[in-house]
Amino acid sequence: MQPEFDDVYDTSLVGSVSQFNAGAQVVAAGFLADKPVLALADGNILFVESSQRIAAHPDGAILLAHIDDQRVVTGGDDSRVVATRPDGSTIEIGNEKGRWIDALTVRSDGAIAWSAGKHVRARDSRGAVKTHEAPTSVRGLGFLPKGYRLAMSHYNGVSLWFPNTEGTPDVLKWQGSHLDLTISPDGLFCITSMQENALHGWRISDKKDMRMTGYPGKTRSFSFSHDGQWLATSGADACVVWPFQTKDGPMGKPPRECGVRPFKVSQVAFHPEAPVIAIGYEDGWILLCRLADGAELLVRAGLAEGKELSPRNRPSVSALAWDKTGHRLLFGLETGEAGILTLG
Amino acid sequence: MSEKIPVTVLTGYLGAGKTTLLNRILSEDHGHKFAVIVNEFGEIGIDNDLIVGADEEVFEMNNGCICCTVRGDLIRIIEGLMRRKGKFDAIIVETTGLADPAPVAQTFFVDQDVQDQARLDAVVTVADAKWLSDRLRDAPEAKNQIAFADVIILNKMDLVSPEELREVEARIRAINPYAKLHKTSRCAVPLDAVLGRNAFDLDRILEIEPSFLEVDDHDHHGHDHGHDHAHHDHGLKHYHDEEMQSFAFQIDGEVDPARFMPWINLIVQREGPSILRSKGILAFKDEDKRFVFQGVHMILDGDLQRQWRPDEKRVSKIVFIGRNLKEDDLRSGFMACAANPAS
Repeated sequence: MQPEFDDVYDTSLVGSVSQFNAGAQVVAAGFLADKPVLALADGNILFVESSQRIAAHPDGAILLAHIDDQRVVTGGDDSRVVATRPDGSTIEIGNEKGRWIDALTVRSDGAIAWSAGKHVRARDSRGAVKTHEAPTSVRGLGFLPKGYRLAMSHYNGVSLWFPNTEGTPDVLKWQGSHLDLTISPDGLFCITSMQENALHGWRISDKKDMRMTGYPGKTRSFSFSHDGQWLATSGADACVVWPFQTKDGPMGKPPRECGVRPFKVSQVAFHPEAPVIAIGYEDGWILLCRLADGAELLVRAGLAEGKELSPRNRPSVSALAWDKTGHRLLFGLETGEAGILTLG
Repeated sequence: MSEKIPVTVLTGYLGAGKTTLLNRILSEDHGHKFAVIVNEFGEIGIDNDLIVGADEEVFEMNNGCICCTVRGDLIRIIEGLMRRKGKFDAIIVETTGLADPAPVAQTFFVDQDVQDQARLDAVVTVADAKWLSDRLRDAPEAKNQIAFADVIILNKMDLVSPEELREVEARIRAINPYAKLHKTSRCAVPLDAVLGRNAFDLDRILEIEPSFLEVDDHDHHGHDHGHDHAHHDHGLKHYHDEEMQSFAFQIDGEVDPARFMPWINLIVQREGPSILRSKGILAFKDEDKRFVFQGVHMILDGDLQRQWRPDEKRVSKIVFIGRNLKEDDLRSGFMACAANPAS
């Protein structure tokens, strides 16, 4: 007889999880002024503790959201970019008139960038908005940590744009369709996920390419470790973790794998202080994995083992976020199920 | 539990009547909730929450297959539409008049995330009865759209004489004898002629027969099949299109899969850019189920389907629609796949 799945895992954390229903698909999770909040597909921002719902996009769906200590920034299929503050007030940051917001990024200094089709807008912390037209539709955006510079992924590469200068952007070329984008915390590397189930990276200084292949699905979730030495990725039936300890990044080095399960990883989130990764799966399971030895702790059990559902009906984990100190992990699913783990 | 969302692709040359058909579909009382992906806002006269503007961004897949192009914007839009699960139960994609339907269709076979959520139902082409013959001469896009179609709405028939109508119909049939053809004015076709066709569903591929005059809903309301044979003598002219043709080959017996599979893969690899659509129902040696496949350029989708019925003749038939196809090569290649070449 096969053991039950939750017999395999250390379940000592399960009792520290409180679960609730958010009422709609969860798009993003985070902590706003230290309070857990969820951005929901139905256009609402949910303040978990007070159950207050803010209609940030009353006539739309939230496509993208970034949540930090100061505000929740959301982009919708109502063409709007909206910031929601800790007091629940909202302000419209941008409106692309009839176009969906396709990509969105924020920076801790208050800068925000978004795109709709080829049009990219960067809004600095004082509210000045600059516009750039990319060669093709932009799918991913990320600010570089130093200087006011924005990376944007598009067909056949990434453009690096200084919004405050007139010059043409520098281009990192690689043939194919680039989707989401992330920048290493030290600003040395730019990594994109690609249509062809692979990652592509560049060392920005010399534009040296790196290919990270072998994924059965697209990578749609990235997370760097707090020290910038590891990049955790979704898209395989394990969390694939690439080493970024040296100036060569992962070039010529194999990745680590942790949290191998029979379903694909849909979300990853590195702990803010320790080499531990929260991993969410397409079947609604969530594990914590310690990178050093691969030890696994169960946070949430999803679909019963051996149960198959068509991809359209799977309860994928769609949002995972730690608070600043790593004591709380907030999560949400496509089904609207959600919960929070509080560590002692 | 929810089923995959069916997607209808609406093509047609400029001015053929795509928007008329779209408005007709949206305004009818059908109980469906559509998400509509359009290229130009403002032409749709119906209030609909879910009208999405598209960019028709076509890109090549990095898989070494030159004709494997997809619509990047469609992948993004379908992902975004899933945030509104439950708010719509079908998707209509309207393409521009100059668009090639292939990248739209291929998107549904190449992208796993799209495939998980949605399925291609049919390519519907609206054609202008008055001008199509001219466009087939001077516009390769118009020819592509006819060749690619599962359903052809031959519109504006009230503007042409019966002779002209027969002429344009013959031109269409020279290119694509397999599509369902509806002759109408102002796109007045029943919705089920356009929606819920399951044209790409392997389980629904029952036969591969030219559909000449099988559907003729203008003149003969309520008529069913059975009387159609007479129409073959109805004066339909036989044209040959110099560039775009369809070929059907039949083996009156079984096929050896060990020979057929490598052959068909080679053919679509080599000739994929010129093959727009392909389809086949095959009797494999020592296999009591029908093998059914269909393809779009280089992309093939095939599977064993239902059992051959005792009263069915085990024959093997394939069809190609494409540009400048080498008929003799295709025929001899297929014939060499016969399990018993003597038969």
